[in-house]
Amino acid sequence: MKHLLTTQGLSKDDAILLLDTSAQMAATQSRENKKLPTLRGRTVVNLFYEDSTRTRISFETAAKRLSADVINFSAKGSSVSKGESLKDTALTLHAMGADAVVVRHSASGAAHQLAHAGWLDAGVLNAGDGMHQHPTQALLDAFTIRRHLVGGVGHDGRGADTSAGADLAGLRIAIVGDVLHSRVARSNVYLLHTLGAEVTLVAPPTLVPVGVETWPCRVSYHLDETLEQWQPDAVMMLRVQRERMSGGSGSFFPSPMEYSRKFGFDARRLAVLPDHAIVMHPGPMNRGLEISAAAADHPRSVIVEQVANGVAVRMAALYLLLSGDDSAATPSTSTDERTAL
Amino acid sequence: MNPGSRMPAPDPTPGAPPSTDLGIDPGTDLGTDPGTAAARTVLGEADIARALTRIAHEIVERNKGAADLLLLGIPTRGVQLARRLAERLTQIEPAFSGEYGTLDVTMYRDDLRRQPTRAVGQTVLPGSLGGTIDDKVVVLVDDVLYSGRTIRAALDALNDLGRPRVVQLAALVDRGHRELPIRADYVGKNLPTSRTERVRVRLSDVDGVADSVVISEDLTDGGAA
Repeated sequence: MKHLLTTQGLSKDDAILLLDTSAQMAATQSRENKKLPTLRGRTVVNLFYEDSTRTRISFETAAKRLSADVINFSAKGSSVSKGESLKDTALTLHAMGADAVVVRHSASGAAHQLAHAGWLDAGVLNAGDGMHQHPTQALLDAFTIRRHLVGGVGHDGRGADTSAGADLAGLRIAIVGDVLHSRVARSNVYLLHTLGAEVTLVAPPTLVPVGVETWPCRVSYHLDETLEQWQPDAVMMLRVQRERMSGGSGSFFPSPMEYSRKFGFDARRLAVLPDHAIVMHPGPMNRGLEISAAAADHPRSVIVEQVANGVAVRMAALYLLLSGDDSAATPSTSTDERTAL
Repeated sequence: MNPGSRMPAPDPTPGAPPSTDLGIDPGTDLGTDPGTAAARTVLGEADIARALTRIAHEIVERNKGAADLLLLGIPTRGVQLARRLAERLTQIEPAFSGEYGTLDVTMYRDDLRRQPTRAVGQTVLPGSLGGTIDDKVVVLVDDVLYSGRTIRAALDALNDLGRPRVVQLAALVDRGHRELPIRADYVGKNLPTSRTERVRVRLSDVDGVADSVVISEDLTDGGAA
């Protein structure tokens, strides 16, 4: 793996390798000494053209736990505000010897451009590009789902995770809310489908994108009906992205009150779900709009754990992107290497 | 150096100077017959069983019992060897818990950038000791001791887990060609080899075939892994 740009086209084997490696990384994070020497001497640049708290801090923490050097770059206060293009910024990073670039950009496809335009020879990790993809978020969601619903980790987050090597076959996941503007939803639909889960998108018709029929999932316009009749194992709430709703009419639903009543998740809807079901949200939450405080803070909500798992998943992604020697053309099985050493 | 702790190797130069320590004399052509490219079995099932039994006794003898003893196998085959040693120790010392752990060293290797990406394995510490290695007598168990780089990585990994009182090393096969100042405390068999040879350990519970140690001519990459 050289880049991690999208979950569409990620093979099942690679996805499971990422999840298994994440599990091992998570195990090291309960130690007294959380730092590993694995990426010592490598440089990771966080290139953030959009505001972000948890993703940037999560990537920074992950890189530091693996002993990589981290350079944070945010568009505010940099030459970007003087008009520097993505290309010139990339050439600057190349000249500084970056080994991996974590990029978030408001334009869909920015990460792909950065990876394939020939400006850089570093590995590129997509940390969200416009309304396109956010692969590490989908991986941490899949990791959280696997830990709870396959690995048998209790709602308190304790207990042994026995899910190594497993996929998500047969699980039902409902993704609810602002699908139109959500890169999290797009990444999750493809990854969860690859891992064998069934996905239903639930949203008002105005927040379902054109072309959704080509996605490997079902679409419903009715939350209550889906919860009662389909009985999902996990419900993933999406944030209503009001900052992306300013253009044009600006009205995708009549009022926040009506949205909340028809598509908001609360304790009443939680009670309809099977006992093992979990509630997820990629954050940041609009409490009272798409999710009520009672549901967000409920014992069956894994929202805080998603953040913790994010560090482990990003450590795994950085490890798998940066540790190997891609130029080596010696195909040798790891067991034989180990025997010989 | 404790020559008494090792099985007398079938070495034609038993009077090798102690400075070679592991009984490996690169000058001898033992086992490097250039005429045979075929695989050669040097240890069979019974040989491996006897060597492990002896190592178990040596561990108890050296440490005057099995108090605070913690066996840590290095994946993949070191783990199975640690399990077998733990079984034998339980028979010798009924007080021994019979537990063993796993120590994955992948993220501590010094060749990560020179090899294709390796999958990260699992590190598991047995529960009876409170999940800690502090003040324990740790015995690392591996199948083949060669360059010593795996053991260096293991020592670094141990350092991040805690502070053992003593760390010792048990290896089923010592094939020489050390690249670091590392020495095994317990050796199943000293096996003089050439760098162009490949030593393979096969264990029934990993490989699904009868236990054996096989030397073959390495035709792929010179065996300098």
